[in-house]
Amino acid sequence: MASRKFDVRRYPGFAQLTVLCLLILYVPLLVVAVYSFNASASIIVFEGFSWRWYVDVFVGSDSAKFKEAAWNSFFIAIIAATVATTIATLAATGMVRGGFFRGRTLSFGLISLPLMVPEIVTAVATLIFFNSIAFERGIMTILLAHIAFCIPFAYLPIAARMQGIEDTYEQAAQDLYATKRQAFTKILLPLMMPGIISGYLLAFIISLDDFIITNFVKGAGVETLPTAIFGAVKQGIRPNIMAISTMLLGFSIVMVTISYFVSKRGDHK
Amino acid sequence: MAEPEVYAIDVQNAVKRYGEFVALKKISLSIRDNEFFTLLGPSGCGKTTLLRMIAGFEEVTEGEIYLYGEEIENQPPFKRPVNTVFQNYALFPHMTVRENVAFGVEMLGKPVSDALKRADEMLELVQLTQFSARKPSQLSGGQQQRVALARALAPQPKVLLLDEPLSALDLKLRKAMQLELKHLQRETGITFIFVTHDQEEALTMSDRIAVMSAGEVQQLGNAVDIYERPKNRFVADFIGETNLIDVEVTSRDQDRVLCQFKNGLTLTCDAVDGIGIGSRGHISIRPERMKMRSEKVDDENWQGKVVENVYVGTDVQSIVALQNDMHLTLRTQNSDTGKAMIFEPGTDVFVDVEVGSARLLAD
Amino acid sequence: MAGGAASGGSGAASETYKEARTLLLMPAWLTLIILVLSPVMLMLVYSFLTKEFRGGVIWDFTFAAYDQFFCDRGLFGDEGCTLEWTYITIFWRSIWQAGLATLLSLAIGFPTAYFIATRPANVRPLWVFLITIPYWVNLLIRTISMRFMMREEGPINNLLVGTGIIGEPLQMINTNFAVQVGLFYSYLPFMVLPIYAAVERYNFTLSEAAADLYASKWITLRRVLLPTVKPGVIAGCILVFVPSLGAFLAPDLLGGAKNFMIGSLIEEQFKGNAGNWPFGAAASMILLTMVLIMLMIYARQQSRANRGEA
Repeated sequence: MASRKFDVRRYPGFAQLTVLCLLILYVPLLVVAVYSFNASASIIVFEGFSWRWYVDVFVGSDSAKFKEAAWNSFFIAIIAATVATTIATLAATGMVRGGFFRGRTLSFGLISLPLMVPEIVTAVATLIFFNSIAFERGIMTILLAHIAFCIPFAYLPIAARMQGIEDTYEQAAQDLYATKRQAFTKILLPLMMPGIISGYLLAFIISLDDFIITNFVKGAGVETLPTAIFGAVKQGIRPNIMAISTMLLGFSIVMVTISYFVSKRGDHK
Repeated sequence: MAEPEVYAIDVQNAVKRYGEFVALKKISLSIRDNEFFTLLGPSGCGKTTLLRMIAGFEEVTEGEIYLYGEEIENQPPFKRPVNTVFQNYALFPHMTVRENVAFGVEMLGKPVSDALKRADEMLELVQLTQFSARKPSQLSGGQQQRVALARALAPQPKVLLLDEPLSALDLKLRKAMQLELKHLQRETGITFIFVTHDQEEALTMSDRIAVMSAGEVQQLGNAVDIYERPKNRFVADFIGETNLIDVEVTSRDQDRVLCQFKNGLTLTCDAVDGIGIGSRGHISIRPERMKMRSEKVDDENWQGKVVENVYVGTDVQSIVALQNDMHLTLRTQNSDTGKAMIFEPGTDVFVDVEVGSARLLAD
Repeated sequence: MAGGAASGGSGAASETYKEARTLLLMPAWLTLIILVLSPVMLMLVYSFLTKEFRGGVIWDFTFAAYDQFFCDRGLFGDEGCTLEWTYITIFWRSIWQAGLATLLSLAIGFPTAYFIATRPANVRPLWVFLITIPYWVNLLIRTISMRFMMREEGPINNLLVGTGIIGEPLQMINTNFAVQVGLFYSYLPFMVLPIYAAVERYNFTLSEAAADLYASKWITLRRVLLPTVKPGVIAGCILVFVPSLGAFLAPDLLGGAKNFMIGSLIEEQFKGNAGNWPFGAAASMILLTMVLIMLMIYARQQSRANRGEA
């Protein structure tokens, strides 16, 4: 007589597959993190907990290389994210609050172009571009390339948030004698702040984590964190690489979480 | 009338609990073969829950449900030979009208060609043959409703369940569909179980009505029973309009009792079992069962003054104030004879209650 | 990125900043045209140039790059053009790898997306968040972690050998299988999110209607749910297939020399002195064309669906 309740939404096995999916996504990262705390130099056997590899990242033989790479990465990420977010904010204002115009779909296509083109194609194209105008490869080229492909990542959350804000607020402001610019800076911008912050953090992480495009346009003398890690991995995975990977991982996760909560909190207004 | 041997749907002591909340409190209902049966009540009364329990989408916490004698409350919906017309129709958007209607028949194992043939028959029945190749989104609300009906009837279910299917239609279409559904039920001979919150709809279409409130059946009967002889305040108030007067039973003479109002007025009405001398309760008098007279014609007429007349087309609704601030609502038909019994506001009148029309309620 | 929903269009056409519109959009347009659009054009041009020995190009126009790609002109390069299979094979293998990775993602991603979309509304964003985090984490590190896991002396093998399930460690790295898994791992969240969005919008009364009409759950899935969420599924497949096609890290770190994919081929042309820039540009153009064709087919299908099932 005991029969299971009939629920049209439930399918047997789907819950298990979801758990499997999450395991697949997270276990490798956890394993790397765990081994980064390995007391021994082995990457095979775990012999106890230790911070030594983290220390090694900062003071060991590769530390100078990593430090410079990290400095480059953060420098580029901050600037690229700032510029990209500014451009994206302006563009979003134009797209979402600019009324209908014929080139609108085209504009959106252009903005999301970096997302649709395979990264390697963008990398090659950008390299060729700099080569053709004889622009020397280095930090500047990396920076310019990053700005370009960070724009769509900043744009999407900003535009989404702006669409969620009714324009009645700005209209009310104008009714109360504010100019359009004041309506923008005093009303729209503050309301959009969570979206802007969210977009900024996303752009920041995308820039920080990028490998392929950076690898192509960086030239010989410059390394960013991902390219430095890649180069080191090519010589074999050592625990200090796992330590620095884990740090980068942790940092990215923290940034994404902050970005998520910032945008969520904004929703509660 | 002899009770049938087997009921189409027999609900016995069905209870539905969601955690602490009890949606259905021990419902027992017997629905007959070839009957148009309506579950009527306000939102939240449990009528849809009961319907979904019969369909198989809600688990029965306690109790049993029998379909022509067979116990079904544990069967999943796709094993029960009952079909549902959903409130928002739930037509499959990616299939044509014809494919929609054929779906159930196909799922029962019939070859696709047979299913499609049956679909064509059904579409002819609801007069939508020329739309059979269209997609649901290309049809109007009324047409979609008929497709949903055809789809539910095509597999020849033993019972058809209808969950407020007319609520999305405009008034005129609604009234037309009410008649059409009634005819369809007669023609197919299938038991229809209809859920609605519109009491006028229920009165129009049903053989029997179960009036529900707060998870219980308040009264079960045909339209006349429910309207003329409500059992309690809820039913009297929910169905049609009524005047409810707070009374105490003071004396009894055979099958008539005398009731006293708070403001001293009295009325004699039919006795009701279980309400004895000294009990407090209410009297329900329908507005159309009272008349205004310029002179007293009966001892029990009440004196009052007309406060307001509201013209509503077919009738005139009058508010009369009696002593101690008690107000009554009367309805007088807007005909020649009726007009003679409508008086200007401010006029003194006597209210005459039709014999046998006042109903004593226990609560 | 939920399919076609984020098309940049708002509901009520808000026109507050209409006059400033051109000014507002100009920075974005300029940046993207200069740094993305024109480089791609340039890449097309470069594919018709002559290679320079130490990388770079000589501005002499020729079909040499495409010729090298498609034609086999014998050992000395002087025979007639017979079809050169080497590069086409690489492209074909990449398509096949990407396709398999897509199917794998679909097999696991669809139930996952469905499951998350049917969780109670207050818990759903948390699940989505959990699925999305790995995407935001450095692709390089994720690929490295895959490599770490699948090595001969890696944790997976350690576990399998240690518990006695197998006698000797499996050769997982430097195989097709490793690349497959790597691709699947890289882009799985891309499969989940669009399907999740589609299932979330799905009206489950349709499933109830199907059950009412005697369809079992699996038939309901196949005949009612799937057709309705098809746009989301296709979006997910494209979002996995396209990046997988041009992937570089997975084949490079996990596949070794034997598993050359398009990404590796292209990268090779631009590294060091053995490179052939025009050839690399040509290969990139071919890849880009393939991707654009697929996107156009998808866009056309989307607009047809929007018109047909409004």
